[in-house]
Amino acid sequence: MGLAKRIIPCLDVDAGRVVKGVNFVGIRDAGDPVEVAKRYNQQGADEITFLDITASHEDRATTVEMVSHIAGEVFIPLTVGGGIRTCDDIRTMLNAGADKVSINTAAVINPSFVREAAERFGNQCIVVAIDAKRVSADDETLRWEIFTHGGRKPTGLDAVEWARKMVDLGAGELLLTSMDRDGTRVGFDLALTRAISDAVPVPVIASGGVGNLDHLVEGITKGGADAVLAASIFHFGEYSIPHAKRYLAEHGIEMRL
Amino acid sequence: MTIAVIDYGMGNLHSVAKALEHVTHEHVVITRDPRVIGGATRLVLPGQGAIRDCMGELERTELKGLVQELLAAQAKPLLGICVGQQMLMDASEENGGTTCLGFLPGKVRYFGQNLLDENGERLKVPHMGWNQVSQRQDHPVWEGIEDGTRFYFVHSYYVEAERDGDVFGTTRYAGIDAHVATGQDTVFAVQFHPEKSAGNGLRLLENFVTWAP
Repeated sequence: MGLAKRIIPCLDVDAGRVVKGVNFVGIRDAGDPVEVAKRYNQQGADEITFLDITASHEDRATTVEMVSHIAGEVFIPLTVGGGIRTCDDIRTMLNAGADKVSINTAAVINPSFVREAAERFGNQCIVVAIDAKRVSADDETLRWEIFTHGGRKPTGLDAVEWARKMVDLGAGELLLTSMDRDGTRVGFDLALTRAISDAVPVPVIASGGVGNLDHLVEGITKGGADAVLAASIFHFGEYSIPHAKRYLAEHGIEMRL
Repeated sequence: MTIAVIDYGMGNLHSVAKALEHVTHEHVVITRDPRVIGGATRLVLPGQGAIRDCMGELERTELKGLVQELLAAQAKPLLGICVGQQMLMDASEENGGTTCLGFLPGKVRYFGQNLLDENGERLKVPHMGWNQVSQRQDHPVWEGIEDGTRFYFVHSYYVEAERDGDVFGTTRYAGIDAHVATGQDTVFAVQFHPEKSAGNGLRLLENFVTWAP
């Protein structure tokens, strides 16, 4: 008995609709974000992550409104990411009812933004999203680098060092996505998850590649993740949250059932 | 009938206000106006971030004295949440030692670094996520909530109250039974976030808004 591992469904939201995810070919509509969030809450999700992948500026206002709607009806932790670049962006999301914000590209462009945000709002609400890709050759020691722009743009930053740096600057949690695995449904990059999880004192959320429930189990038992994030396996009814939680519990993982 | 969420400038008060509005028809207001706080029927003392900043802001906004007065008067129910629970104690180890409000005897301690669990896995600090609360004493705020229910936590420091009588709930983490629910008379305080703890958290808030100590 003790602290439960968390299952976090992720809502990728584009122009007010939940879509399948940024790296999938042929975006598939998965519904109204407020309805989807309510459903996951009823099913016993431990948290919800809302990733705004909207490109246009005017649709941002829709996002804030949506976050506010969700926060008024869903009383579990809500993380909002996508386009968080300034402390004003963070303030707007927190005022709308988000509990945490996820900072991604802005941390790469200006790492001190993470410090500023953590000092102003507290480490507990600053999640740094790390998008990493394996760069080592097959016969080399494993190495991952930080990529931006959906995995297209390398930064030259070593992922493990970067993770440590983000925590030193004030990240309270890391959302780690393997850009090699995202959208592939072949499972997490477990070596990456393990390397980052062992390197930092704060919780790590594993993301990218989930295709079945065994992948969730492995992310925790082999990868050392504190939470697992998935989108498509839940959105289209393949697996429900209670089903996933029971499965993980049967594999000896502490769950909130 | 007003429930005042005391806004001394630290942290995110919108979640707690939204959750309270969900469970009561009473007026919920986020405020730093001493008259509104003084005239409210119930108070919520939240808190997020570093405790020295919380105590500093409470002083800067000139609410520290008022909160201490209201605590001493025992005139209305007050719910402390997260750092709001910790601030009720004598002092915290955080930020190299911080003097707190001194309402309950006891300290706020750090979980520690480089902790391992029984499987040799690194124990993460902050203690973040859903953990079980053992109810050490009956209390109207526990009404309808099963012993051992999981609530949502995010914290690196925990309360260690001196008197057993002040402890209403504990949670085990890193080999420590943290005092996660404490109180006395009209005051009840929790380390976890009821506003983020789904149905059981809402039940706790509902119990608080109907509690008549």
